[in-house]
Amino acid sequence: MDEALWAIGRATGIVSMVTLTLAVVLGIVTRSGRPLPGLPRFSVTLVHRNLSLVSCVFLLVHIVSLFFDSFAQLTLLDFVVPFFGSFLPFWQGLGTVGVDLLIAVVVTSLLRNRIGLRAFRVVHWLTYVLWPVALAHAIGNGTNGTSGWFLVIAGISTALVLGAVAWRVSARFIEFRTVRTGEVS
Amino acid sequence: MMDAAPHLPVNTSAPRGTARLFLAAGTSFAAHLRAYGALPPTLPAATRAGAGAPADAETVIEQLRAAGLDGRGGAGFPVWRKLASTRSHASGRGSRPAVVIANGSEGEPLSRKDHALLSLAPHLVIDGLLLCAAAVGASDLHFFTTAELAPGVQHALGERPDARHVKVLVTPEAFVAGEATAVVNAVERAVSVPRDHVLHLSEAGLKGRPTLVQNVETLAQLALIARFGAEWFRSIGTEQEPGTRLVTVCGDVATPQVLEVAGGTPLSVLIAAAGGASAPVSAVLVGGYHGAWVPAPALDTPLSREALSPFGAAPGAGVVFVLSSARCGLETAAGIATYLAEQSAGQCGPCVNGLPAMAGVLSRIASRSRDPPLPAEVARLADLVTGRGSCSHPDGTARFVLSSLSVFASDVRAHLASTCEVHGA
Amino acid sequence: MPDPRPPRPNAAAAAAAADVAADPTVLHIDWTLCDGRGLCTELLPELLGRDEWGYPLALNRPVSERSNVPVQRSLLPAARDAIALCPRQALRLTESAKLTRLPSNGRG
Ligand code: SF4
Ligand code: SF4
Repeated sequence: MDEALWAIGRATGIVSMVTLTLAVVLGIVTRSGRPLPGLPRFSVTLVHRNLSLVSCVFLLVHIVSLFFDSFAQLTLLDFVVPFFGSFLPFWQGLGTVGVDLLIAVVVTSLLRNRIGLRAFRVVHWLTYVLWPVALAHAIGNGTNGTSGWFLVIAGISTALVLGAVAWRVSARFIEFRTVRTGEVS
Repeated sequence: MMDAAPHLPVNTSAPRGTARLFLAAGTSFAAHLRAYGALPPTLPAATRAGAGAPADAETVIEQLRAAGLDGRGGAGFPVWRKLASTRSHASGRGSRPAVVIANGSEGEPLSRKDHALLSLAPHLVIDGLLLCAAAVGASDLHFFTTAELAPGVQHALGERPDARHVKVLVTPEAFVAGEATAVVNAVERAVSVPRDHVLHLSEAGLKGRPTLVQNVETLAQLALIARFGAEWFRSIGTEQEPGTRLVTVCGDVATPQVLEVAGGTPLSVLIAAAGGASAPVSAVLVGGYHGAWVPAPALDTPLSREALSPFGAAPGAGVVFVLSSARCGLETAAGIATYLAEQSAGQCGPCVNGLPAMAGVLSRIASRSRDPPLPAEVARLADLVTGRGSCSHPDGTARFVLSSLSVFASDVRAHLASTCEVHGA
Repeated sequence: MPDPRPPRPNAAAAAAAADVAADPTVLHIDWTLCDGRGLCTELLPELLGRDEWGYPLALNRPVSERSNVPVQRSLLPAARDAIALCPRQALRLTESAKLTRLPSNGRG
């Protein structure tokens, strides 16, 4: 039983990490206002949103399965308060931090039309903290965290996100930026 | 005359002639009372804000409807309808109390009439503000004015027992700061930029409350109508343009000045009253920077909505800017368009991008660029921005630019051939 | 590359007009919020094109209907999607009957 839980916990953690990475990259594409080949703008937005939610679902399974795992010895407190775990408290604590941030980002996203644009945007920026924290947790805490194949995945993910961020801060990021003369406040 | 206080000789007879708004011998409340008398006793509640009895309010609104007073801030909308709308939205079940704002921000750079009125006759404006508040049942009163005039207005408010609750606010010097939603924004959030709206302010304005924003000249005229009646108001001016109106005659005239004239006075008479043009007139910009040009052959056109509409102009805020034939109309227009583009509040994409583009193409015509498609490009951009902003700044700017192209059409052709009708080759 | 789609002649426009009720629902664009991200123009290509800067432009509409664009019934679901997906919350639906009958607020 423990074997199964352990395997589920590992697999779902990895899937959650990968979908989160794709969600972050698509979030940046969404912000650019550009479509992707074969994917119109509203689809980019929808896929971004759905991938984020899929990532959350896998994360939930990840957490629950490890909660029932006797080796990890997680307490309820460990899900919200970081760095008190018994096994690799630092790396596991990063996971907890990631969960907390993700909750904030997802809740404000779902309530976007109620809480207003500014609050949504400020909290959404936390994603740029959330993603590296989650990746660090995966590498440091994961059973396969330092195995070669996972490091390859982590490397590709990092390259994708860094590339997207570099594009994000570049001058040509926003569609129509080059033809717009004024900056709308 | 036992009941007239001996130390206060009160002249309650209605003024005759076109001098109506500037009859007080000074800016003091006493001088104001001597010239015009107290607010009419038919409106006792007017002096006690917020306590207007319904019958009184109906009287004011009915009087304004009969007088046919239109707004003097630029839009020229019937005043009674704004009052009636605000009142109905403030008096329904579950509705919230109304707000009244006197708009003396005069963002139009060519206009000086609000300045003249507030520096010479602040008490008439205050009277009008109090009357409006009574008519719509408002207890929240604001007075929006420039930094220069605010101390005088504050002093005038302090002089009278019935206006101590009016709050004075200083407007920034920006073209769009005088727009009604910008005024509401300034009171509510201290930023003078127009805001998005689906409903009219009279329904949902300051913090969602029914809000009446009236230009200061409108308020002063209203104060006179309440005293002397609609019939008196209509005894001057024309059927369509009753009463007097303040105009700012400026540009190439001997003595630029603010005049109080009868409604429907021809432009040529206004120019003559300002000492005449300094050189043969080429065209007259009527209504301000959001207005339109009337070419020289049509100078006998009266300052009325009807007569000006073929030119796309309207009396607006009463600006009459004279351009003599010593100046190139296209260069002047390009300068104004560039100014207007800079005055965009920077909020709406089509305005922020379209106005500079439009001004840029007009400037290229003004600088005699040999590029025949330019006028068509101006017209295309003017159409593109119209109706696509949160305020009417793009619409007004487009109107002005299109009017410039059509009134100076022959000069446009000259410029495209690298010459100029005024400055030659 | 930006592709400023020119307002194309909309053959369906006339037919669609019949679908507009007497008091049609209108899609209000808050220009102070819109950032021209173009999601609405993808979801409502029958109604909205994009200008050369990417901002939505009501197709074949008089200027008075460019900020409050009448939406025929068949397009209401798409309009609701656009409202939900607009990244700037710049869109909303309202009954045209509720719109102000008074002209623009002007300067008082
Ligand atoms: S239309 Fe222009 S001036 Fe008016 S609110 Fe928008 S950006 Fe400001
Ligand atoms: S989706 Fe929203 S932000 Fe994008 S163009 Fe449409 S209204 Fe503007």
